[in-house]
Amino acid sequence: MARDRAPRSIDELCELLAGELYIADRGLATSIYLALQLGRPLLLEGEAGVGKTEVAKVLAGGLGTELIRLQCYEGLDVNHAVYEWNYARQLLEIRLMEASGTLDREAAAAELFSEEFLVRRPVLRALQHGGRPPVLLIDELDRADEEFEGFLLEILSDFQVTIPELGTIRAEAPPIVIITSNRTRELHDALKRRCLYFWIDYPDYEKELSIVTAKVPAASRRLAEQVTGFVQELRLTALYKVAGVSETLDWIAALTALDRSELDARTVDETLGIVLKNQEDIRAVRGERVRAILDRVAHPGAAGA
Amino acid sequence: MGSLLPNLLRFGRLLRALGLEVPAGSMLTAARALEHVDIGRRGDFYHALRCVLVRRAADLPPFDAAFRAFWRRPPGRRVRNRPRAMGEEIRFGEPEVDPPSLAAEAGDDPSSGGPLAEPRHLELATHSAREALRRKDFALYSAAEIAAAETMMARLDWEVGSRRTRRWLAGAGPGLDLRRLLRSAARHGQDDPVLPRRRRKVRRRPLVLICDVSGSMERYTRMLLHFCHSLTGGLEGVESFVFSTRLTRVTPELRRGRINDVLPALSERVHDWSGGTRIGEALGSFARDWARRILGHGAVVLLISDGWDRGDPELLAREMARLQRSCHRLVWLNPLLGAPGYEPLTRGMRAALPLVDDFLPVHNLESLETLARHLNRLPEARSRRPVAPPGHALSRRSRAAVQR
Repeated sequence: MARDRAPRSIDELCELLAGELYIADRGLATSIYLALQLGRPLLLEGEAGVGKTEVAKVLAGGLGTELIRLQCYEGLDVNHAVYEWNYARQLLEIRLMEASGTLDREAAAAELFSEEFLVRRPVLRALQHGGRPPVLLIDELDRADEEFEGFLLEILSDFQVTIPELGTIRAEAPPIVIITSNRTRELHDALKRRCLYFWIDYPDYEKELSIVTAKVPAASRRLAEQVTGFVQELRLTALYKVAGVSETLDWIAALTALDRSELDARTVDETLGIVLKNQEDIRAVRGERVRAILDRVAHPGAAGA
Repeated sequence: MGSLLPNLLRFGRLLRALGLEVPAGSMLTAARALEHVDIGRRGDFYHALRCVLVRRAADLPPFDAAFRAFWRRPPGRRVRNRPRAMGEEIRFGEPEVDPPSLAAEAGDDPSSGGPLAEPRHLELATHSAREALRRKDFALYSAAEIAAAETMMARLDWEVGSRRTRRWLAGAGPGLDLRRLLRSAARHGQDDPVLPRRRRKVRRRPLVLICDVSGSMERYTRMLLHFCHSLTGGLEGVESFVFSTRLTRVTPELRRGRINDVLPALSERVHDWSGGTRIGEALGSFARDWARRILGHGAVVLLISDGWDRGDPELLAREMARLQRSCHRLVWLNPLLGAPGYEPLTRGMRAALPLVDDFLPVHNLESLETLARHLNRLPEARSRRPVAPPGHALSRRSRAAVQR
């Protein structure tokens, strides 16, 4: 599916995503297209499981370039995001120099802090990537702490980093940057100002059904309709943790593996843990609620309305 | 582009008037973005502007409203000679509506008078007067005393415990700082006799206030809002909510300016002020809409209520259990606990008590000082909590977990 050139219109981008089995609506495609054209990072927000991370994956796949992923977590710092020195090798090198009596302080410092001893982390790899610009996915940035955000801002404005011992490293071709956030906290305005923004919503019935049929073609049409209808109904229920598209896909894949071609109350009760990951939610839905929803989705024509 | 650019700038002004932050740079980006899309396609035009000019989910509805009002198709020109080619030919005419002049409305006199009016400021002169005020029940305060208490409240020192983060700092600690070690080794040839160390950075815990403003709390509401205001405005990372039947987030209001400017705005936003109490439901909506976003990083939750609950006690117990599980420490503050002989016997209180880590009074300044001291000394570990399947015979649990 790899192409030699970037898409030249929103339609072409839609095709490219569809080729990777990603069903994007026009708004998302427009945002991605503009991010590519303007060379800006794209910030994707939305509830868990609506396919934010997937965007970066399919984009890398469709453009035929490498995906470099930086998973954020609390305490993520430069050493894990950009670079670190390989201390073990450096220490060993010093010992060797000492043993062979060639330890010259000036020279040692220069030698020990050369590229040879540098461990490249995702951001640096994205900046030093030769050839086609890679897709740099900065996943769940809201998990990292604010210090890191400030640091990231610096990189995203100039696409360069400074390593004190080595100097400034600048990207020849800036990477395509996709940032995702689950909104566990609000990101800083300064960072957002650098980015284009898109909010990914839960898909409606039609869209989710086409995602399901594209991703799990082995599932029967009837099962796909019922599962999609069921999950759509679940999202209207007051639950602690709403099921995302990835849960829908997991569920239908599991049901297909179990050779089911239709939803019934028992099957739902047995497999509900794939869709709902919270004990209270499962207790609230199991039994009567499941039957009520099943009644409504038994005739998929009516359920989609 | 013709008339598009001036219209775009006008649209930017409209968005600013609606409270969106639209820096000049964004308008430039928007203009550049429009060069890349077919602006004859209304959907593309809309999304291009949206992904540049909107930066947070909360701004989407005002943006949509502004877009619909501003970028209207001109009437009358719709069905001219070439009805089918219209989308290609005619794009967007002059706006038909003037941007709503929100500034004028906002400038209105912020309802003076009423129960929330500004009392005269008054500093208590003598030590004994201050002492008396410290012990006086909030419910018995006069307007002047409220103002005096405000000053005293501002002097309280809130630390709210601390937690070690995952971030390292140079300095005496358990970890070896290999980077500094290497640098000095390279410089001195020998391993430094003093190994550089590093330690974890320490941060104050986030604080979440959930305050009951229902009818039964009325005598305390004003002082407790003062309390919330002084915490929310004075510290970073504090989130505030009020509820009676419904939960409302009031952090932005409380951050803004002085308490007396804030209160009228609050009473406007909180619709069910002084209504009945449904603690369980309020906590339920907190759990669904907010908990995952703000209870990270070992938050401490202060739940302020007298426990008069008209909702289902089972639901309350379930929600309390859940809230306790998702925070570092759950503190219930009850103004009635200050009254001699008070027993927490209401259904709501009985259901909730086994599920709180601390049960403390909040009826006068002295109790606030006690609270501040208590929070400053919070242990780093979570308190021991009963482990049971959710919603399982909660009412039978002992009150052992309660500290007074």
